[in-house]
Amino acid sequence: MTSAISRERDPSIRVEPHARRPHRASAGARRSRRVARVAPWAFISPSLVLFALFAFAPLGAAVVLSFQDVQVFGGGTWVGLQNYETMLTSGLFWTSVWNTVVFTLGTVPTSAALGLLLAVMLNRRLPGRGIIRSLYFLPMVVSGVAVSLVMVWMFNSDNGIVDAFLQAVGLPRVDWLSSPSWAMVTVILAVVWGRIGFRMVTYLAALQGINPALLEAAQIDGAGAWARFSRITWPLLNPTTYLLIVLNIVFSLQAFDVIYVMTGGGPGFSTTVLIQYIFRSAFTDGKMGYASAVGVFLVAALLALTVLRSRLSRRTEDLT
Amino acid sequence: MTASSASMRLARSQDRARSPRAGGLRPRIVRRAIGRWLVWALLVVGALIMFFPVYWVFVTAISPGGLAQGAGLALWPSRVDLGVFARVFESQPIGTWMLNSTITSVASVVLSVGISLLAGYAFAKYRFRGRDAIFALMLLTIMVPIQVIVVPEFVIVSRLGLVNSYWSVILPSAAQGICIFIARQFLIAVPDELIEAARVDGASELTTFLRVVLPMSGPLIAVLTILTFVWRWNDFIWPLVALQTPDKFTMSVGLNSLNGAYAHPWDQIMAVTLLSMIPVIIVFLVFQRQFVQGIAESGLK
Repeated sequence: MTSAISRERDPSIRVEPHARRPHRASAGARRSRRVARVAPWAFISPSLVLFALFAFAPLGAAVVLSFQDVQVFGGGTWVGLQNYETMLTSGLFWTSVWNTVVFTLGTVPTSAALGLLLAVMLNRRLPGRGIIRSLYFLPMVVSGVAVSLVMVWMFNSDNGIVDAFLQAVGLPRVDWLSSPSWAMVTVILAVVWGRIGFRMVTYLAALQGINPALLEAAQIDGAGAWARFSRITWPLLNPTTYLLIVLNIVFSLQAFDVIYVMTGGGPGFSTTVLIQYIFRSAFTDGKMGYASAVGVFLVAALLALTVLRSRLSRRTEDLT
Repeated sequence: MTASSASMRLARSQDRARSPRAGGLRPRIVRRAIGRWLVWALLVVGALIMFFPVYWVFVTAISPGGLAQGAGLALWPSRVDLGVFARVFESQPIGTWMLNSTITSVASVVLSVGISLLAGYAFAKYRFRGRDAIFALMLLTIMVPIQVIVVPEFVIVSRLGLVNSYWSVILPSAAQGICIFIARQFLIAVPDELIEAARVDGASELTTFLRVVLPMSGPLIAVLTILTFVWRWNDFIWPLVALQTPDKFTMSVGLNSLNGAYAHPWDQIMAVTLLSMIPVIIVFLVFQRQFVQGIAESGLK
């Protein structure tokens, strides 16, 4: 019976089972086909249940809420597109969009550039390379809350080590967290610190995929270090750079913990990025419907980026 | 394009290498050695800057009063005080927070690794109606920040009667699109012949998975376990919303509760920060290779 089943399942040796043992074979085949249909659903069902309950349902509910006026955990009334209209005419919304742009521009190119620089420098035999690499990786595993607390302590303007250091080398002290214009810089520094390791890992993996013969050939040919990098390494890293930049933007749009703990979006609204604004609208202002509308806007922006990313990666795959 | 011209040079370079080059060999070697040491020095300085915040957590914790900077720089305390750890354990329920974090992280990791392996296997090795649509939907959830769905999520969790329980943290965080993605990518590489062979031997679908696929998935399980453990241990915003009494707080939520209004001296805050970092740092140091590999492969942090 088992051999009949296996023949029936394997398309490359399709033997008509009826030829020899018509009755048993077809029954077995039917059973196996039924099993093959049911089995994948059995395998995905635990995930499906959890996703349906804790991901799909809340997301659907958030979309529904965005068309409603909702009192705190009470019922909602339909208001159509009013939340979206309020959003687009709200000064605070545009302030937080602008802050998001600044935050993204401050974190994405810097962490990618530093990651690349470190990866290129580390991609050779060096004394203590393993330890050096670990030290750059380490911040990746430190939680956002822990990062924020130590940064608040280091950057505090009364007795923090950063200002003490600036003073010791003859530079003026800076109000890192209490001045609206510096707070964004401080938050960006904290986030970049946590991210460099990840950029470096990704670039290191890409660098190790480059055929060393190419670089050796260019070197023998008289190409200097900069020419080798700009003409060979950099073009070959293009797919990685695209990927990292899009992923970085996605992370920056989702970055919450550090800003929430370090500044709470302040002073004033100076570090309120979109995600912070959503949380604030829902929990401080109690405007669930409005917060959901801003949330839907943000998710739409993230999805657009993902589509862009898959387009880009298809293009770069064609190129290389 | 540049790559192909470089490989053409590779062919030409063999002739060139034989002819002596102008400029001489010695200065170039010396220059390269200087360059190497310069790079090394830069890397070491950078690494020290990167490590400094972690060092500062430690040094602040062991300084009485927290090493506030007055006149001049103080990088090491004049007096070391390890009693701070005893004091924070007395003043805060650190042990409970640690235990809560451990229970919720471990349970969530076990659950999400288990269900992701099963689902990843189904997505990788079966054809069924709606497969691609369901997979795409699960991936889509990666793009949805928790803040966007936190209100409906809270309503669902409270309808299930789970608020302020371990399950309120464990269950929602077990549904991870990224884990299913990583599992599927890995399991696609399992040879179909092995699965077929098990079926030929009469093994059921579940037995095939348990006896053939699972034993080959060691590296996958390691990567998933380490990544999700670090993520779950560091989870903040959802536990902050779902857990409401200090006896249920996880380490991140408890740590955050110490922040603000100078309610606590910095040496105590940094001592708790250090304690919160120790488990993930140990996991990281022991499993660094798998961790880095997982991040490089999945492209996600």
